[in-house]
Amino acid sequence: MRFRSAPAITGIAAIALMATACTGGGDTDSEGGSAEGGLTIWTDAERADAVEAAADEFAEANGISVSVDTVAFEDMQGDVLNAHQAGNAPDIFIGAHDWTGNLVRNGAVQPIELPQDQAALLDETSLEAMSFDGQLFGVPYSQENLFLMRNTELAPDAPETFEELVETGTELKDGGDVEEVLSMAVTQEGDPYRMNLLFTSGGGYLFGQDDTGTWDPSDLGVGTDESVEAMEKIAEYGEDGEGVLRRSIGLENDAALFYDGDAAFFVAGPWNLADAQEAGVDYEISPFPGFEGGDPASPYIGYQSFFVTEGSANSALAEEFVTNYVTDTEFILSLYEIDPRTPVQTEALESVSAENPDIAAIAEAGADGIPMPSIPEMGETWQPLGVAQADIIGGADPREAMEAAAETISEQIGE
Amino acid sequence: MAASDSDNAGAPEGAPAPPLPGGRFARDGSMVGRIVKIGLLGLFTALGVWAVLPLYLGGNWLGIGLVVAVVGLVYYVYLSKRTVPAKYLVPGVLFLMVFQIFPVLYTMSTSVTNMSDGHRGSKEQAISAVESLSVTRTADSQEYDLTIATVGDPETGELAFLLTDDEGGAYVGDADGLSELSGATVEDSGKVTEAFGYTILTPAEVNERSGELAEFAVPTGSGAGIRSSGLSTAYEGRALRVYDESCDCVTDTETGEVYTADDERGAFYNDEGQRLPQGWQVNVGADNFARFLLDPTFAASFFSILLWNIVFAVAVTGLVFVVGLAVALTLHVPRMRGKVFYRVLVVLPYAMSSLAMYLLWRDMFNTDFGVINQILGLRIDWFGSVWGARVAVILANVWLGYPYMFLVATGALQAIPRELGHAAQIDGANPWQSFRHVTLPLLMVAMTPILVATFAFNFNNFNAVWLLTRGGPLFSDNSTAGATDLLITYTYRLAFNEATAQYGYAAALSVMIFLIVSVISVTSLWRSKALKEVA
Repeated sequence: MRFRSAPAITGIAAIALMATACTGGGDTDSEGGSAEGGLTIWTDAERADAVEAAADEFAEANGISVSVDTVAFEDMQGDVLNAHQAGNAPDIFIGAHDWTGNLVRNGAVQPIELPQDQAALLDETSLEAMSFDGQLFGVPYSQENLFLMRNTELAPDAPETFEELVETGTELKDGGDVEEVLSMAVTQEGDPYRMNLLFTSGGGYLFGQDDTGTWDPSDLGVGTDESVEAMEKIAEYGEDGEGVLRRSIGLENDAALFYDGDAAFFVAGPWNLADAQEAGVDYEISPFPGFEGGDPASPYIGYQSFFVTEGSANSALAEEFVTNYVTDTEFILSLYEIDPRTPVQTEALESVSAENPDIAAIAEAGADGIPMPSIPEMGETWQPLGVAQADIIGGADPREAMEAAAETISEQIGE
Repeated sequence: MAASDSDNAGAPEGAPAPPLPGGRFARDGSMVGRIVKIGLLGLFTALGVWAVLPLYLGGNWLGIGLVVAVVGLVYYVYLSKRTVPAKYLVPGVLFLMVFQIFPVLYTMSTSVTNMSDGHRGSKEQAISAVESLSVTRTADSQEYDLTIATVGDPETGELAFLLTDDEGGAYVGDADGLSELSGATVEDSGKVTEAFGYTILTPAEVNERSGELAEFAVPTGSGAGIRSSGLSTAYEGRALRVYDESCDCVTDTETGEVYTADDERGAFYNDEGQRLPQGWQVNVGADNFARFLLDPTFAASFFSILLWNIVFAVAVTGLVFVVGLAVALTLHVPRMRGKVFYRVLVVLPYAMSSLAMYLLWRDMFNTDFGVINQILGLRIDWFGSVWGARVAVILANVWLGYPYMFLVATGALQAIPRELGHAAQIDGANPWQSFRHVTLPLLMVAMTPILVATFAFNFNNFNAVWLLTRGGPLFSDNSTAGATDLLITYTYRLAFNEATAQYGYAAALSVMIFLIVSVISVTSLWRSKALKEVA
């Protein structure tokens, strides 16, 4: 009889326990997402320390709490979009400028009004790149672009033209000093980001631009005569031509070829700097040379930026952070210390360039660069264009491949 | 009888059975058991409360009902005495629901929508995004230094903007409009530190009211308003695009263009067929399924991938079986010496991380730098040619998969009595006949279910392809479907590509994969049961 009421006791005890546990439960749902009374920032692990330092300072100055969570950079856009849909997006996150179109199309970010005195400190092109439909959607802090890295022991002089580069490289190859004329990642699927250097120099283009620099998705350049001619010129250096550009060079081996001294020239990005220094190669940075008599070889410029999510529960603080703290020279320099990319803020760039000639050289190599288009349609071009370019380098007919790619792209954009 | 209490072994028949563990407490469980039960039920209830909170905030009553029902069910099952079998079934069934059935149902419900980038949320969300994202600074507008204040209580009082312009003029803006502010203390920075009749808010207090602030604008006539940008600046802006419910359309006040809602496609379109970027999710019925079954380009991709997918799964399963069995038979020879050493060698690939192995194989197949071409002195463009890539993918997977088959076959072989083989020999069978008619049928009883499982696994073996070729080579006239793409890698590319993520379409493909694998598995298992009966 004593235990007849055991189930009831068990039940009551369980509920009592629940009462203590549910306070913990209540907190859990605010983790990682936007919570009232505190700002949440998502960043990648590399920059987390710098962002956290700035966030702490901001939190102290405003008497609020800020939490910094890390998300892998390549997952950032997808995670933010999914979290935004589920209603637990962060208030602020770090992203690349070419995500803007897609973020705006999904209503996940909000426009930012940058006070004029803050805007004046930033590179004008970077602000244009962050804009969509005439509105600014993020505050950029750094930029990155491709450049030519040269082994100065093997090739003491920077080539003026692509032909000159090939000539020097071929001489070294024939002399047995190197194995490759140029280490440029082509990959099996193509790499339009790198190929854009030669593509623009040969006269090709991806999308037209109107007078104000706005991209026009209806003017697709992929299948046009100019682009086909550019690819024909590139094909001369492909696998059936001089063999300078090859699909067997991909992102898994391009840097190693250069660090091991098997190639004198390397199409590199700022992310290669640390490894290059560690590898102990005597290198120098110069702009990538274009074809003789051709257009300049334009590297794509990518901007790293802070975005504020739409519908953030802390929008006032989030806006305050990106407009007043992200544009702060000290903050940009602290980010630079951890993750050396060219700052877009003039003052920070000057101070960084003075002490690091590499950064100055990279900025110079990006002088002819164009911001990667941020329109959503851009996303549809990478794969078809890359595949066509890889096919052409492998020996496919340039016109056929480019026209097929153009058709695929316009079909996908039309949807 | 006292003796039998301590030692029951020699008790005469009919003596009472020894007490079960727990003794007379058994029906209510032991003390420890009950505490564990209280703990687990408490934890489960807490989980329920944790699940209900966001549902409550989101006003999802159906979800709350479901959670309450599940918690109620668990309480009933574990507190009642009558439902003993259910006590063992409930956890399994709940996990099955959460991890199997709900995802499948969710995928199915997504497969009939157009969910994709630009069509993620509801129409209301799209409209609010269209409007709020179109707020722009009016041309040559004044920029103000801002101090946010309220009339009265910081938490409930009406919001007011204390503004100072470049010339040092101070204004107050509220829901009625802009007026001069007098008698305020203004810092050099433009911040107002004190104003009669207003409570100046701290950043934390402002943040509390972020939601209101996002909507708040000091009207300055003709649809424009002064809005805040952060805590310390304000600007005059206007929403360029305005939604009108009466015509279900959005008007662009700058260009005068009208975008009408199209509820079938889930976006606002103008007369020329141009759409606003922000769209919403709509039900498209069986369109996604129809597209890859009937639309010529998509159907061609789908069926060629499906065919290769089956060829791949059959080839890999068949080859790992043949190679694994051959090695197992070789090492099954009784006279063989150093068996353990060979077995370790054979199982080695199985012990490595397959992820790393795939990447290694990828580099080994490299046309110019890969070890395979270099050693064999070949110039095969492995990943650039259709059949090169297919052969490479199969080869690498057979290498990674055969050790498993070897292990299973070795075990199964050892379970077959050697006498049967000897008997066959005495009957005059040669080794092949004895293997073919005696060993193999017996082996297949154990192996068939494993082969079916291996087939199903390889049918959806994402890593096997993605890490080696990423589905390539791709073709410039149809770059979504590659020569080595499996349905699963194709689905992944559609859903998580850099380009527009097409969740609805990818979900429809997933449902198709689910059906195909289910049908193949169920049929084969049913047939293997028949095989067992014959044997």
